[in-house]
Amino acid sequence: MSKPVSALNGAQFHGIAEVRDLGLQGMITLRGDLTKPKLKSAVKSVTGLALPKTGGILSDETGSVAWMSPDELLLLVPYAEVDAHLATLQKDLAKEHSLAVNVSDARAMFSLSGPKAREVLAKLVPVDLSPGAFEPGMMRRTRMAQVAAAFWMMDEDTFHIICFRSVARYVFDLLTVAAQEGSEVNAF
Amino acid sequence: MSTRLSTHGRLIDRSQTIKFTFNGKWMRGHPGDTLASALLANDQMLVGRSFKYHRPRGIVASGAEEPNALVNMGKGPTFEPNQRATTTELFDGLTATSQNHWPSLEFDVGEINASLSRFLPAGFYYKTFMYPRAFWKHVYEPFIRQSAGLGQAPKDRDADTYEHFYAFTDILVIGGGVAGLQAAKAAADSGAKVLLVEQSSAWGGRAMVDQVDSETVNDTPVDKFVEEITAELAAMPNVTMRLRMMGAGVYDHGYVLAYERLNDHQPDADGPRHRLWRIRAKQTITATGAIERPLSFAGNDVPGVMLASAVRDYVVNFGVSPGDRTVIATNNDDAYLTAIILKKAGLDVPRIIDARPEGGGALMEEAKALGIRVDLGRAIAKVKGSRRVTKVQICNQAGEGGVLDEVACDAVAMSGGWSPVVHLWSHCGGKLLWDEGHAMFRPDGDNPPRGASGEGFVRCAGIANGAMDLAAVIADAHEAGKAAAKEAGFTPKRSKAPAATSRADAALLPVWLMPQGAKTELRAKSWLDFQNDVKVTDVQLAAREGFESVEHTKRYTTLGMATDQGKLSNINGLAILSDALGQPIPATGTTTFRPPYTPISMGAIAGEARGEVFQPIRRTPMHDWHDANGADWEPVGHWRRPYAFVRPGESVEAAVMREVTNTRESIGLLDASTLGKLIVKGPDAGRFLDMLYTNMMSTLKPGRCRYGLMCTENGFLTDDGVVARIDEDTFLCHTTTGGADRIHAHMEEWLQTEWWDWKVYVANVTEQYAQVAVVGPKARKLLEKLGGMDVSADELPFMGWADGTIGGFACRVYRISFSGELSFEIAVKASDGQAFWDALMEAGSEFGIQPYGTECLHIMRAEKGFIMIGDETDGTVIPQDLGLDWAISKKKEDYLGKRAQERSHMTDPNRWKLVGLETVDGSVLPDGAYAVGPGKNANGQRNMIGRVTSTYHSPTLGRGIAMGLVQHGPDRMGEVLEFPGTDGKTYKAKIVSPIFYDPEGEKQNV
Repeated sequence: MSKPVSALNGAQFHGIAEVRDLGLQGMITLRGDLTKPKLKSAVKSVTGLALPKTGGILSDETGSVAWMSPDELLLLVPYAEVDAHLATLQKDLAKEHSLAVNVSDARAMFSLSGPKAREVLAKLVPVDLSPGAFEPGMMRRTRMAQVAAAFWMMDEDTFHIICFRSVARYVFDLLTVAAQEGSEVNAF
Repeated sequence: MSTRLSTHGRLIDRSQTIKFTFNGKWMRGHPGDTLASALLANDQMLVGRSFKYHRPRGIVASGAEEPNALVNMGKGPTFEPNQRATTTELFDGLTATSQNHWPSLEFDVGEINASLSRFLPAGFYYKTFMYPRAFWKHVYEPFIRQSAGLGQAPKDRDADTYEHFYAFTDILVIGGGVAGLQAAKAAADSGAKVLLVEQSSAWGGRAMVDQVDSETVNDTPVDKFVEEITAELAAMPNVTMRLRMMGAGVYDHGYVLAYERLNDHQPDADGPRHRLWRIRAKQTITATGAIERPLSFAGNDVPGVMLASAVRDYVVNFGVSPGDRTVIATNNDDAYLTAIILKKAGLDVPRIIDARPEGGGALMEEAKALGIRVDLGRAIAKVKGSRRVTKVQICNQAGEGGVLDEVACDAVAMSGGWSPVVHLWSHCGGKLLWDEGHAMFRPDGDNPPRGASGEGFVRCAGIANGAMDLAAVIADAHEAGKAAAKEAGFTPKRSKAPAATSRADAALLPVWLMPQGAKTELRAKSWLDFQNDVKVTDVQLAAREGFESVEHTKRYTTLGMATDQGKLSNINGLAILSDALGQPIPATGTTTFRPPYTPISMGAIAGEARGEVFQPIRRTPMHDWHDANGADWEPVGHWRRPYAFVRPGESVEAAVMREVTNTRESIGLLDASTLGKLIVKGPDAGRFLDMLYTNMMSTLKPGRCRYGLMCTENGFLTDDGVVARIDEDTFLCHTTTGGADRIHAHMEEWLQTEWWDWKVYVANVTEQYAQVAVVGPKARKLLEKLGGMDVSADELPFMGWADGTIGGFACRVYRISFSGELSFEIAVKASDGQAFWDALMEAGSEFGIQPYGTECLHIMRAEKGFIMIGDETDGTVIPQDLGLDWAISKKKEDYLGKRAQERSHMTDPNRWKLVGLETVDGSVLPDGAYAVGPGKNANGQRNMIGRVTSTYHSPTLGRGIAMGLVQHGPDRMGEVLEFPGTDGKTYKAKIVSPIFYDPEGEKQNV
């Protein structure tokens, strides 16, 4: 059987920042009462991570937990492990009113990196991306030009961006337009 | 003549010469020139023709307020009309042409309009072109379009790129003159984040021209002060400074648009041409300076008549003299500066005509000491000359214009006083005060634009705030900076404003007409709005005809409606109107200031949204395969779906017919990935779906599917789809393609606002799956060949679903059918979608498998009488209209829309109801055609008794079939209706059952 492929299958662009399709990323949408200890421990057992604060994301080498809304988290885990983790969540949360679903294939994920990454993204999202205002550890759901998107920072120069799979090409093209040569803003 | 001087020119680099063309003629300039200064240096004073009378027009101003010097810039893909020469920086190879003339700038046939001007007064179009009616469209309008208008519309696609930038700051300072610089400094000293923007290419503003020799800040000459404070600001990490960036508009909630012109002055550079900054500022300071007012005297539009400030700008900034002999006309002290600067540059100033009987203060004495003759209490009666000023006639300001004297000259520098640039202050509701002493509107600090907290979020600084001399400007700006910082939550430094010198000017005399009692023939040549050709007599006529509101007068006369938005004309115009109405100026008020401050490019507004990223296109996992296999695309929302897969040499219609026949006879494949898939889970999920759907969902058994209808609260059908119960707590709801996001939001809204205590979670998993419909009598054979799960009728009956694998792909199979055939809708992970599709196509080749598109889908569902949301529904149709009563639960106490459906109009037996329609001759009914009944309605139109909602040629039946909504339709089976087409023919169709094919449903249930 052939290998599953991400929407843009590893596409790349180099301009004033580097844009890269990150391939398949395991993602689980978890909805539930975020104050329940059972939910916290279920998240911990799947990701090894605690719950992020409002608007935050916690990460380690293998995955992340991102705050999406007052009753929703996004768990980032290796693509191949999603089904196992879903089973764990469903078992651990069997008695809690909650919803855990696989959304790995519904999304595309990109990295945007380089010293100009902040200002390339600031051309497309209505978010204060100046240093200090947006930093690693923060998660932002917003719109990117005309579509929904979310992003966080891996380090001072690198963003990870997720969008719906169907608009992966649009988002990649947007980022390449925003990163075109000669378009430095030098505002940050 | 106008020429380049050997002295002055602080902004130009004389060591380099660059070449440009104007109307095809090569000219020379220097880096740092504007196009206007370079044209003047080449003695090109005549730059265009006026809008209505085609009068020769020259450069009047030196900045954004310029009404006349509009040119076509560039060629082909970089062509752009209506560009102001005064704000266009010169670059090597620039090409510009003048506008609005035929055949040439120097000789324009349209000039005849000027001699007809008596017959072209305000409101001329409204009065003249009324009758006969048909003439408007065919004679008058084409003629007016030909003779009026400014630049031409570009013909080619714009070669440049544009972008947006989202910026957030504590304090935005608009204007980089001394006020803006000082305000920015005072604000930034508090630690607040400051963004300082200046529309031109240099810091310092007017002070660099007007005060540089005579005045000081902190005992430092002004130019030195600007240099120092600019360097200090540049060194502060909390300050961002941008040149060539104009504050364009101020909006609610501290939102400001700023327009950055990146490459207009270097068109060969990489990167975007313009960038639109979308700024959120806690506080905005507008330090936008002031604009000098022209004086209204006869012939004030003759080329060579300029604003006094502009004349000295050209000398000081660009080393260009607009004329050899310049007469000054003024009502204030400021214009004396121009005389002094011209005289000191070695140019002739034969006369200063000061309307004030007492004259001016220290500057007048200085001018006199230089040997310039000053005439007090005098006015310009008339400027003589056509393509260039030749002389001025002088009269008493107090009189009617009897000529006392004539002075030969080639330029006139006029000053009617200054008007603060209050545009940005006013955009979001800042109020104005009338300042009697300076005869100007200035911001009313007690009534600023207010934000959500009720506090003001804009303040003005410097001359823009009505502070009229340097000391006052610096002090005002300093306080504005500190106050803004405090308002933004910072603690301003305890510091005093730098001390600056102050000029002892004599008072200004308001002069709205020169001379005061000018005769009609003079007033009819006294221009208010240069760009739209509005004269003093036009405004007076409007007042006489009853246009008392300034907004009405504006629209009737077109005063201030040109691309300059009346920057020079508005105050003078409303003063004339006030006088004509016999009321004080503040009683007349101003017209509304609207963004943008000056026109900004359409490209900047669009930003990145052009070409490939004009609009998002949603692609399914199999999109590229479809594209490579003949897909004729159809937009469905933002999705692209194949309408049909067209083979080489085949027409789209033929492809559709082939696809229907193939699917009915053997096997077809549909990419159904775009259909919405919503997971609804929780102990209350069944109860929730019972409220959302008209039918009962809570009784559905796990493993089974049920078709359901959703209505709005008003009872109208809004969406439909198949619901599958996954387990006791979990349902998967299919929506229409266009309904996925909408229905998801609908569910969340009810859960969050009305039924917040119900235990239900919803997730939109539409894009998690590639969904493929395998349809046709051979569908099961194909799946059995691929193997992996039992898809027999016993194990997976009609309206059942099962998880399993097919051909090695993990999948969920739904036995549902929108075609009436044996059908399996199979969902696999989107990332497996293309591979799964390939596997089906390959294994299906022996069964004659073919992909099919949306039109084939439509025809097959219409043959079966299945409704389509958006065809049979249009927001006014209820399920009962469509004969879907079977899908409306009678047992349920409530569902969304139930109460509305019980209202009298919804239960009216006269509502149009769904029927099938069969043309008598087998042809295809026109889509949307109406059936006409006997008689006429109150408007004399034929009575309508029904309409076509879907219509196709059915290859299965070999005839046209249609569905429609018809009054009493189901009771009129067999009746033949008439449908007049737009093609002149009348179509006849018989009312039949909407189910044309396999009414027993035997084919899908095998």
